[in-house]
Amino acid sequence: MAETTKARPRKTVRSKPGSTPDTEDARDGGETGTAVPADRSELVGYYRRMLLIRRFEERAARAYTEAKIGGYCHLNLGEEATVVGLLAALRPTDYLFTNYREHGYALAKGISPERVMAELYGRSTGVSKGWGGSMHMFDAEARLLGGYGIVGGQLPLATGAALAVSYKGGDDVVMCQMGDGTAAIGAFHESLNLAALWDLPAVFVVINNGLGMGTPVEASSAEPELYRRGAAYRMESARVDGTDVVAVFEAARTAVEHARAESRPYLLECVSPRLRGHSVVDPARYRSKEERQALLDQDPLAAFAARLERDGVLPAEDRAVIEAEVAAEVEAAAAFADQSPAPDVSTLFDYTYATPVPGELRRLPADPVFGS
Amino acid sequence: MALVTYRQALRDTLRAEMLRDENVFLMGEEIGLFEGSYKITEGLLKEFGPRRVRDTPIAEEGFVGAAIGAAMLGLRPVVEIMTINFSLLALDQIVNHAAKIYGMFGGQCSVPMVIRTPGGGGQQLGATHSQNVELFYSFIPGLKVVAPSTPAEASAMLKAAIRDDDPVLFLENLALYNTKGELPAGTSSDAGAAVAGGSGGSSTQMLIDSIEPAEIGRAAVTRPGTDITIIGYSRMAQVAAEVAETLAGEGISAEVVDLRSLRPLDRETIVESVRRTGCAVVAEDDWLTYGIGAEIAATIQEGAFDWLDAPVRRVAMAEVPLPYAKPLELAALPSADSLLTAVRATLRSTGRLAALETTRS
Repeated sequence: MAETTKARPRKTVRSKPGSTPDTEDARDGGETGTAVPADRSELVGYYRRMLLIRRFEERAARAYTEAKIGGYCHLNLGEEATVVGLLAALRPTDYLFTNYREHGYALAKGISPERVMAELYGRSTGVSKGWGGSMHMFDAEARLLGGYGIVGGQLPLATGAALAVSYKGGDDVVMCQMGDGTAAIGAFHESLNLAALWDLPAVFVVINNGLGMGTPVEASSAEPELYRRGAAYRMESARVDGTDVVAVFEAARTAVEHARAESRPYLLECVSPRLRGHSVVDPARYRSKEERQALLDQDPLAAFAARLERDGVLPAEDRAVIEAEVAAEVEAAAAFADQSPAPDVSTLFDYTYATPVPGELRRLPADPVFGS
Repeated sequence: MALVTYRQALRDTLRAEMLRDENVFLMGEEIGLFEGSYKITEGLLKEFGPRRVRDTPIAEEGFVGAAIGAAMLGLRPVVEIMTINFSLLALDQIVNHAAKIYGMFGGQCSVPMVIRTPGGGGQQLGATHSQNVELFYSFIPGLKVVAPSTPAEASAMLKAAIRDDDPVLFLENLALYNTKGELPAGTSSDAGAAVAGGSGGSSTQMLIDSIEPAEIGRAAVTRPGTDITIIGYSRMAQVAAEVAETLAGEGISAEVVDLRSLRPLDRETIVESVRRTGCAVVAEDDWLTYGIGAEIAATIQEGAFDWLDAPVRRVAMAEVPLPYAKPLELAALPSADSLLTAVRATLRSTGRLAALETTRS
């Protein structure tokens, strides 16, 4: 199957509680979603961030094959427009929870490529000091409240963070990213229900890339148009073409403003196919050669570059300058990661408990519990 | 000194902590309008309102996870899970998230929350409502698990748990709620603060306010003795005390160690006691295999082998899903009688019981 390209909406489809969302309208509409054109520097900024994520992820994939990076490594390739559009709608003080496909989100939240790459390399200079790796990046200052490896585990946490914001009387918003597979788990229902019951300022974002690992969304969700589930919680919701950065930004801005102004949750679905497999080691055999080629032909980064050039926003020569700068930035990140030290083994027992207690074992595998 | 129930000690402590710290709030099933399935939160919705006493849907994974997220932003949620049996629905949030967040993010974010939850058999509630699955949580680095046995300990440990920066599982036992214990008269500065905060509380509340937070991770020798060490926690610490009293009437001096904290475990106190007495029985209110008693027996083996005059015995629940029918349920649960039998058998195998019997006759 040709991923979700058939079902990809041409513009944002919105659903208000109590109304029936009409997606036919979206499929047949001819708009591109650029209802409010962003100014030039904004568009160029989007492009630069998308390119940074693209080059960063390509570099990470290479480092993985060189065994510089271990474990799992889920890339945002093909989802750059979604990542950048979503994050452009947040204030720096807004919070973000993500799943394990998070490198791009960390970069777009303003964390330096050096610290993100160093985390992938498992170095002490990494964003989680080498304790988290690809799936568990965290930065309190950037208000990235973590990447989580258990599908849907972050939803209750984000709901609770939104509760804390509301409890303290702040007006920050908590954005919670997830994949389409998440819509099938209980925590999805429990979290959206609680957020709606308690009027919490949470924006739940489903990145519908059409596949939960290799399982098509149609095979895992009885309602594959996932934004429609918002109706079950009397929650406003929308579906947007995740390959169009401006459309994503506009949809995310609507969602975030709703959450902030009304202190109400919002469900946003971004239809955003990934270009490669589930993780670096997945050759995506569940896609035919033709499907893979079709995806590459629809590369959102290339399409955006062409559009910016066509509209006179970013001529090819200026783009080449950005390309060179980003390439240098990514190489510097890889070099920084490579040269950074691994965490000292003496710190092994430092992060089990925040409040140290008597009786805590600090014992290596062969050590006795008592005596020497 | 004043006699209060375990239930009231918990309630007054929750109240005192909520008055002390605006960030402390309660959430759970039926804790507000219904005033708690076991009435621990009686009166608190009326006093603090729905912002700080939050009734949740019957959806443990969602609300326990929400408490974790709130704690990540600096609030101090105290969650009530109606019984520990239902905590299994929130296992992912507790084990994969509450316990791991501090570690997997390199110490950047702690999870200062408490999960209060009762367990235990003896109420004819059948297999899924009578378990003590504290072992699951005691197994996990990153969690703290406490199980106080008296009202004063419950108050001191609940204060410590709420003020702790880590997630704490606070285990209660249905059989303890109506038990009474004495509160020590104290002079903590908290007492004045609570009164100034407008509590206008009872004399019991004043005593609760004066209780100092416990140190999590410390066991207590609740009764000194020389002939044998009996180690228990929660309800079984009370049963152990009862058994020690019976033995005292027979001229046998049993030392009782109340673990109070299952993780971290105070191995030193256990081992020191056994080195003094030379033998031990461990009493636990859950299944035997792979259990907490097994961990303690292994600890004694490693720390006090040369001092042992007899193998360590374990008294635990029968390894069955707990039945409903009263005689079957009673037969499955550890009791004072079963503990007494095990203690006598241990003393006999050391030769001490015979010696004591000879001395008496």
